[in-house]
Amino acid sequence: MMVAQTAERFDCRKAWATTLEALAQDDERIVAVVNDSVGSSNLGGFQAAYPDRLVNVGIAEQVMVGVGAGLANGGHIPFVSAASCFLTGRALEQVKADVAYSNYNVKLVGQSSGVAYGELGATHHSIEDFAWLRALPQITTIVPADPWETEQAVKWAASHDGPVYLRLSRMKVPDLGPDVDGTRAFVPGKARVMRQGDDAAILATGTIVHLALAAAEALALEGLSVRVLSVHTINPLDADAVLGAAKTGAVVTAEEALVSGGLGGAVAEMTSANHPVPLERIGFAGFQSTGDVDTLFEAAGLTATGIAEATRRAITRKMG
Amino acid sequence: MPATDSPETVDIIKEKAAWMRRRALRMVVEKNLGHIGGDFSATDIVATLFFGVLRYDVDRPDWADRDRFVMSKGHATGVLYTALCAAGYFEEALLDTYMEPGSRLNGHPNRNYLPGVEANTGPLGHGFPIATGIAISGAMRGATYRTYVLTGDGEQQEGSNWEAAMVAAHRGLSNLTLIVDRNRLQQGARTSETTALDPLDDKYRAFGWDVIEVDGHDPAALHQVLTAKSDKPRCVIAHTVKGKGVSFMEDKAKWHHGVPNAEEYEIAKKELA
Repeated sequence: MMVAQTAERFDCRKAWATTLEALAQDDERIVAVVNDSVGSSNLGGFQAAYPDRLVNVGIAEQVMVGVGAGLANGGHIPFVSAASCFLTGRALEQVKADVAYSNYNVKLVGQSSGVAYGELGATHHSIEDFAWLRALPQITTIVPADPWETEQAVKWAASHDGPVYLRLSRMKVPDLGPDVDGTRAFVPGKARVMRQGDDAAILATGTIVHLALAAAEALALEGLSVRVLSVHTINPLDADAVLGAAKTGAVVTAEEALVSGGLGGAVAEMTSANHPVPLERIGFAGFQSTGDVDTLFEAAGLTATGIAEATRRAITRKMG
Repeated sequence: MPATDSPETVDIIKEKAAWMRRRALRMVVEKNLGHIGGDFSATDIVATLFFGVLRYDVDRPDWADRDRFVMSKGHATGVLYTALCAAGYFEEALLDTYMEPGSRLNGHPNRNYLPGVEANTGPLGHGFPIATGIAISGAMRGATYRTYVLTGDGEQQEGSNWEAAMVAAHRGLSNLTLIVDRNRLQQGARTSETTALDPLDDKYRAFGWDVIEVDGHDPAALHQVLTAKSDKPRCVIAHTVKGKGVSFMEDKAKWHHGVPNAEEYEIAKKELA
C-alpha cells in the first residue's frame, strides 16, 4: 500500500499565518489579538500588512480574551492568538463566559500546543486543553494535523459564525496527502479516513496522525489491516467515525494530550456507552518532566513503534 | 430618547428609577431570590443611562451604531431587567418569570436570550475587558457609538479590571466610560475590610484615565458627567448607598442578596411609593 504522506516536514505556523493574511486582505472584519506574542504567533507579516488591525494587549490573557469578545460585539472577526497553555488555562473563565457561553464569534488560536515547549516544563505544556475545551459547550475545537488541514481550519473558522478553538503546533509534520479514497475535503466534526482497515482502528489527532499512519504501515507487513483516522475535530466528536471504528473490535487513540479528558477520554465515553470495545489510549498520564519533544514522545509511547505495540495489544484483547 | 439634561429629562429618569426599584423589589420578593442591595445602589445610574444618555433602538437591538452598556456586576439583574423592560425591549409580563426554570431572565444576564444584553456576565471582572474590546472595535472602524460599563466597587478587586484599565489607557479609548458603583460594601463586608480600594481615583488617574466623582443618586449630576466628553477613557466613581431607598436596607452588607420578609416588604413598598 502506498504511503500518502510526504517525506518533507512542514511547520504549520506558516500555513496559519499566510492563510490569515490572505483572508484579512479580502475581509476587513478580520483582526488579530495577541499577548506580546506577535513572534511566537508568526504574525509579523500580518502586523506589517495590517498594523491597525493587530491588537497587542501585552502580557494579559484575561483582557485578551475579553477584548476578543468585545471586538466580536463590534462586528469584527477576532483571531485571538497566544501560547495554548496560557490562552486556555490562564483565561479559562473568559473562554467559558465571554466566548463559549456568550456565543461570540471569536476564534481562539492556541500556538505551540501539546509539549512543543518540551524543555520549558509542565507550566508551558498545553496537554490539559482538550479536557478543558471539551467540557465547554458551543466551542468547536479543531486540531489540524498538517499544513493542508491547518489552512482549511483557518478558512473555515473565519467563515463560521461562532466560537472556535484552533489548536496549532510548531512541530514539523508531513503533508498527509488525500484521504484513502483519493479525495480531500475538510468537514468540521467529520474525521478523515486516511487508511482503511478492519482488524483495528487508530484514532489520532494533530501531530500524531502521521505516526499512526507509519504504525499502520508497519502492521500491514505483519498482515494486519488497520484503519487510521485524522480526528481533527475534538469537539464535537464524530460519533459515526468512532462507532464505526469500534466495529473493528479494537480501538487505539493517540494524542499529544492528557488521555483522561482528552480524545482517549472522549472515545472511552462514547464507546462504553454505545459499543464497548477493547481500547488502548496513548498520550500523557500527568505532568511531564522537562525534556525535548522526542524524549517526551518516546516516554509516552507516542512513536510509530509505540502506537503499533498498542494496536497489537488491542487486537490481542479482542481475540481474548 | 432625551439627550439633554433638561428638567424634563431628569424628571423622566427619576420616575423610571422609582418604578425600577418598586418592580425589582417585587421580583425579588416573589421569587425569593436576587441581589436587591446592589440593584438599588445602581438604579439611578442605570436609569440615567437608559433614559438620558444611551443611544439605542429597541426595535433593532443589534443596530451597529447603538451605544453599548455592559453590566459587569451581572448579579444586579433586578436593575438591568427592569431598565430593559422600561426601555421597551420586552413586555412587563416577562419580569414575572424572573429566575423561574427555563426563563429568559436568568439570575445573571444572557445575551442570547435577551435583547439589550451585550455580554453574559456574572463572574466578576469580565465586563470591563469586554467593553474595552467593544471600544477598540468602534475606534478601529471610526464608529460613533460610545461604550459604558458598570462595575461594582468590590468587583474592582478582580485583577482583570486592571489589565483592561491599562489597555484602555494605552490605546486612548476616549469612547469608553467606566462607572464604578462605589457603595463601599461587597457581599460580606466593607471593601475597606477586605482589600481596600482607596484611593481609587488616584489609581485610575495614575493609569492614565480621566477621573470624576459624582453622587450616584443624583440623576442631574450623573447625566452631566456621563455625557461629558474627554480625550481619554473616563472613569466615573459614583458614590452610592447599597440598598438605597429602603431605610432598613441602606448601607447594610446583609442586603447584598437578602430578601425581605412580609413585614419588611410592606415597609419597603411604602418607602418606595
